[in-house]
Amino acid sequence: MAQDGHKEHPKYMNIFWWLLALTIIEVAVAIPEYAVVLKAILLIGLACGKAALVAIYFMHLKFERKTLAAIVLTPFIICVFLVIMLMPDLTFDARLDGIEKPAEVVDTSSH
Amino acid sequence: MEHATTLDHTEDVYEPSLTPDSLGKLGMWIFLVGDTMSFGALLAAYAALRAGAGIVGWVPPSEILGINLTAGMTFLLICSSVTMVKALESIQGGNVSRMCLFLGLTIAGGIIFLGLQAYEWYHLITHGLTLTGIPDHGLSGAAISGSTLFGPTFYAITGFHGMHVTGGVIYLIVILIHGLRGRYTAEFNHEVEIVGLYWHFVDLIWIMVFTFIYLL
Repeated sequence: MAQDGHKEHPKYMNIFWWLLALTIIEVAVAIPEYAVVLKAILLIGLACGKAALVAIYFMHLKFERKTLAAIVLTPFIICVFLVIMLMPDLTFDARLDGIEKPAEVVDTSSH
Repeated sequence: MEHATTLDHTEDVYEPSLTPDSLGKLGMWIFLVGDTMSFGALLAAYAALRAGAGIVGWVPPSEILGINLTAGMTFLLICSSVTMVKALESIQGGNVSRMCLFLGLTIAGGIIFLGLQAYEWYHLITHGLTLTGIPDHGLSGAAISGSTLFGPTFYAITGFHGMHVTGGVIYLIVILIHGLRGRYTAEFNHEVEIVGLYWHFVDLIWIMVFTFIYLL
């Protein structure tokens, strides 16, 4: 792996300034109160950007063979699938259904 | 037979054979892939519990946690990642003492991070964020009933990450001792690169934890 890539080093300090800037933007985005979904999309997007910078430049993924990048991307795709498969359980309605039914049972028995 | 020879030939052209250096690196990458799944499962579980509790059933973490301190911890880990790449760059240029200096700085970054996390945990525990409860001042009743799960998930995820930092610090100290004894040269330094992979991964995971637990 990385037989020829090692000669050309990325400018690590540039990556550092990018990471620092993205962290400051993230905190600035997180503090004010506004739509939760928009905030979540912005924050997750910024975090993924930072993670990608670390993986591509600091972990030298850019200079590795492409097969390794495929191996590394796999768990992230699996994690996205995990969240999608959890979706049916994530809705607020499902929780309300679960709570209301036992409450009705208690009401009828006491009368 | 002829077919097989052709296949071997193509492999030689496009995929250089594995060397001891690249085998070690591949091994670390496979470990990190597995570790990604562990953290992914923990964060997905956190997301599921939080979404299941609804908006009113979960206190916004920013009301309990200190964002400024952890933003500083994020900055610290990013800095220690930079010193780590500088250490590798130094040894690839054959400068052993500079590598040892930067490895030492990376270790210092890791230890200060752990100290800050210990301080944060101590502060949170004394203010009532435990495995069974959350601080009750200024919170509505509905929020408290759903949010008791915040403590255990918070400590599980940040604790799991903290254990990784602890392991990384020990790993870095071992590599530093090897470096001080003159094991690494401009030609032989893949072990420094491999410890770097682990350390950057710990940084990468903290970026995710910081976003999902502290900011969202």
